[in-house]
Amino acid sequence: MRILGAIPTLLLVIAVAFLMVRAAPGGPFDSERALPPDVEQNIEKAYHLDEPLPAQFVRYLAGIAVGDFGPSFRYRDYTVSEIIRQAFPLSMRLGAMAMLLALIVGVSAGMAAALHKNSMLDRLISAVAMLGISVPIFVVAPLMVLVFAVSLDWLPASYAGSAGADRLIMPIIALALPQIAYIARLTRASMIEIMASDFVRTARAQGLRTASIIRYHAIKPAMLPLLSYMGPAIAAVLTGSIVVEQVFGIPGVGQFFISGALNRDYTLVLGITVFYAVIVIVLNLVVDLLYGFLDPRIRSR
Amino acid sequence: MSLAPTLLPVRQQVRGSRLVWICASLLAFIAIASVAGPFLVDNDYRSTDFDNIFLPPTITGQHFFGTDDLGRDLFVRTLLGVRITLFVAVIASFVSLFIGVIYGAIAGYLGGKVDALMMRLVDAMYALPFIFFVILLMVVFERSLLLIFIAIGAINWLDMARIVRGQTLSLKQRSFVDAAKLIGVSSFGIVWRHITPNLLGLVIVYMTLTIPQAILVESFLSFLGLGVQEPQTSLGALVYGGTNHVQSATWLIVIPATVLAVILVCFNFLGDGLRELADPKSKT
Amino acid sequence: MELLRLRNLTVQYPDTQQPAVSSLSFSIDRGESVGLVGESGSGKTQTALAIMGLLPANAHYSGSICIDNQELLGASVAELNRVRPGRVAMVFQDPQASLNPYVSIGDQLRRILLEHRFCPSAEARSRTLHMLGRVGLPDPERQYRSYPHQLSGGMRQRVMMGAALLGDPDLLIADEPTTALDVTVQAQILALLGALREETGAALLLITHDLGVIAHHCQRTIVMDHGRALEDRTTHELFAAPSSEKMQQLLHAAPCISRDCDTLATPAGAPVVLEIDAVAVSFDERRGGASRTLNAVRPFSLALRTGETIAIVGESGSGKTSLARAVVGLNATTQGTVSFQGSRLAATVSARSRAHHRDLQMVFQDPLASLNPAMRVADIVEEPLRVHAEATDRRDQVVAESLRRVGISEAFFDRFPHELSGGQAQRVAIARALILNPKVLICDEAVAALDGTVQEEILALLREEQQRSGLAIIFITHDLAVVRQISHRVVVMYMGRAVETAPCEQLFRRPKHPYTKALLDAVPQPDPTIRQAVTPLVGEIGSIISPPDGCPFNPRCELAIKICSETLPPLSGNGAGLVACHRAEELDLTY
Repeated sequence: MRILGAIPTLLLVIAVAFLMVRAAPGGPFDSERALPPDVEQNIEKAYHLDEPLPAQFVRYLAGIAVGDFGPSFRYRDYTVSEIIRQAFPLSMRLGAMAMLLALIVGVSAGMAAALHKNSMLDRLISAVAMLGISVPIFVVAPLMVLVFAVSLDWLPASYAGSAGADRLIMPIIALALPQIAYIARLTRASMIEIMASDFVRTARAQGLRTASIIRYHAIKPAMLPLLSYMGPAIAAVLTGSIVVEQVFGIPGVGQFFISGALNRDYTLVLGITVFYAVIVIVLNLVVDLLYGFLDPRIRSR
Repeated sequence: MSLAPTLLPVRQQVRGSRLVWICASLLAFIAIASVAGPFLVDNDYRSTDFDNIFLPPTITGQHFFGTDDLGRDLFVRTLLGVRITLFVAVIASFVSLFIGVIYGAIAGYLGGKVDALMMRLVDAMYALPFIFFVILLMVVFERSLLLIFIAIGAINWLDMARIVRGQTLSLKQRSFVDAAKLIGVSSFGIVWRHITPNLLGLVIVYMTLTIPQAILVESFLSFLGLGVQEPQTSLGALVYGGTNHVQSATWLIVIPATVLAVILVCFNFLGDGLRELADPKSKT
Repeated sequence: MELLRLRNLTVQYPDTQQPAVSSLSFSIDRGESVGLVGESGSGKTQTALAIMGLLPANAHYSGSICIDNQELLGASVAELNRVRPGRVAMVFQDPQASLNPYVSIGDQLRRILLEHRFCPSAEARSRTLHMLGRVGLPDPERQYRSYPHQLSGGMRQRVMMGAALLGDPDLLIADEPTTALDVTVQAQILALLGALREETGAALLLITHDLGVIAHHCQRTIVMDHGRALEDRTTHELFAAPSSEKMQQLLHAAPCISRDCDTLATPAGAPVVLEIDAVAVSFDERRGGASRTLNAVRPFSLALRTGETIAIVGESGSGKTSLARAVVGLNATTQGTVSFQGSRLAATVSARSRAHHRDLQMVFQDPLASLNPAMRVADIVEEPLRVHAEATDRRDQVVAESLRRVGISEAFFDRFPHELSGGQAQRVAIARALILNPKVLICDEAVAALDGTVQEEILALLREEQQRSGLAIIFITHDLAVVRQISHRVVVMYMGRAVETAPCEQLFRRPKHPYTKALLDAVPQPDPTIRQAVTPLVGEIGSIISPPDGCPFNPRCELAIKICSETLPPLSGNGAGLVACHRAEELDLTY
């Protein structure tokens, strides 16, 4: 059921992105000097721009199905797929590491704050988390460079500046920071709510130790809101990676995306948008299915 | 007989509202300064002065915040950035407020299948990497302030729609709405006199949380060079300008970044504080 | 021999002036059953939480709570966990909220055994299954794997009792264990509680607002008010001669079905004002992909006369509220008609004429929810006048007059609903409903959310209004004692059908339907000298999605014969009452 539900979303998203590009005032080559009509026709034919819109869309969809996003308008020698294939592994490593870091640090900090509610530790964690969600990555990342690379010279200022693993440390932390903050706040709030619930009170009346209550009663319901946040979190990490790749000069998908955007490379920007949308929709579906599996009230339907 | 609702201890509530008060005053001060400031100094935001580039901040001199790579006065430019950033954020928040409240109230009031469908759409959009679509939009059409408003509003209305819908749904189920129906109040009268007044507090509270999100999106776009264009500027654009001179002229990034961070932190604290005061139960 | 002793227990919260519990002292002997009774806010639950070491962090407390000379008040969690649940265990009010929705029943119970090493871990499962059987759950193997949402309210409370008894405690604290349950299920749970207590020899501290429950399950009773103990005597003595004014009030207001109906005779020859003719209500419910029909109300007929009160009584799921909402047009009827003074009413309220809006009004269960939180009291009561463009020149006067009539003084006119007590809010709701002088008032559980003494005041107010204006009332309730206080006639509903209708007095003296009889038997009487039926009705109200064949009551009916499970008995009879039972003629259920 849910899998079937995701398909129309997917189609709708691709269609919207596709139509947006096609609705652009003027063709993709308008900005350049005027081409002779026959050359223009040849180009249009090569890119199938002469076909009716529905046919173009179907052609585009068919391409996506086999992983072909068409040629890039700027990087003439590459197809969009080749660019993605080349850049994505790096972006994925960055994003996955940041997400992992955010989960580990965020959940621990949130739990610690919730279990020592109103203590100094809780106030400190809450204040830092508030900073984390308030201060954007593009402010944090350059300041990190200023402090850790320029002033202290502990870490390389850019990806190209080192060949070792240390060149990814700052980018990962910068990308993870806002997510750490969000996850910590979310974990804290839901943990406090669960620990104040009637069924935890029952468990305490049954003489269960706090550790047992957390392990057997609280952890699962407290983590469910976190699970539903995973969808937006993945989208946020992808967005953040644009900035991080820009600041640290990492040749990932985000950097190609921005240079494509600044150079009006329609197919590249469209391709990356659709590619990321598909990833996010699929991951969301996984999260949804997982949620249904973990919540007995949904499972038994 | 259930456990007495654990209200926030009074002391904490006062501290909470004191924080709200401080944040509100600070924001008001920044906003007023951004408007009044330019009249107090005789620099303007666009004049270049190539004899005085990269001047560091000074208290006694002509340029409080120093100058940038073109010798333009950073103090005036920062104030301009604040003005534009706040302007864009507030207008964009109204856009999202408008869409979100209407969408959410309709879904909540109609309920049933319409509601289910409308909220499915919101859920689906919620998880999309929206910025990518916004940038796509920016690439395809000419960059303009209007487009930024639309883009930000289009992202931020989702939250508002969810919240308004949830509240409408729960208000609709309360029996005072039934009582109004039995008196003979029209559907319009019910929405206008009974539902809307009870949504207002919540909407205002969430508006204070929508503004910082709008600021984030605007400054993000400007940072990438896709937002406000030179010689106009916003805080995001100024931070971006500063990144190019991180090593040589740190004030160019530190000052606008600090102002931006202070504004964002204040709005978030304000929104959080107001929400807690309005509804002690929701502490997310 | 003394088991538990409280000395000068005081519990205080920082945001309130008055302590929740104030210098409370009492003791409980081994095997003794003690009742703790009082209205909401009297400090009963706070006392129980203090004993269990469950007071919230911001509570200040002083005094002493000892179990076998071991101090519990202020003890560390580790110390407390040596006592709970092996010495003292607790059953909470709301079994739905008290069970973890994410963990299976079996795992929740087994965890207690494992945590305290009450048995070798290999035996934990079989011990749990055994306990589930002991508390009367059918098919323990299946319940072991179930999640709380898959069980009914009564079954959940049985699980809670099983969990409490796993450690074989010396003292069981039960905090309003049956308040959330239907009356027939309440009877089952109380019977089970009594049986288990006999079996284990545990002492019982039973907390309740219901004097009927206390009268039959406690040897000794402590009456609490505003955090203080007013009386602490044997139950028989207390009920025979209450010394405190509060107890006398409580006893007077206590719902009692053995008292005479104190209503007037049915108005003879009064005209029919509202006629319900074969009204049925059904809902389509969608779950997953499949949609199914819930027949909440089966074709139902009733005629209401001017000045008359008809009570519609039933347990949850009987369809009484759906019927009430259909009559006023908040739910659409699926079939049948409602006529007012001979003219047929449209199915939904929005399709009805202005005059009809004025003629039919309703009072709801939760008084606070029925008042718009953003409006002031006077505006709320004025709204009907405004909508109907009535009394334009002297609205304030009319509003003030009608508010005063329901006992709301001038000082409250400018207040918001959250500044009112439950009883005051319900008075305002009544004033709003009556300001247009309706002919028919429908009260949906209008006193269910209120304390006993307040209930009585509201019912008196309604009777007064009826005598003044000849108002006809349909009173929806689950509470037979309320029925007795207010109605001329009674309709008993079960699974969407009327199973018996009779004049009030007759229904209570000579019930004809076995279900009516079972309902009456299940109501605990606030008088320890009355002997009540020992065997409560078995089972719980069935699912209206798949009702049983024949009489809907037959699976629970002790008197059912073959025909009962084959054909649906029609509602028929001679004289003043109607009954839907195949055996109505041959059975004698008279008290």
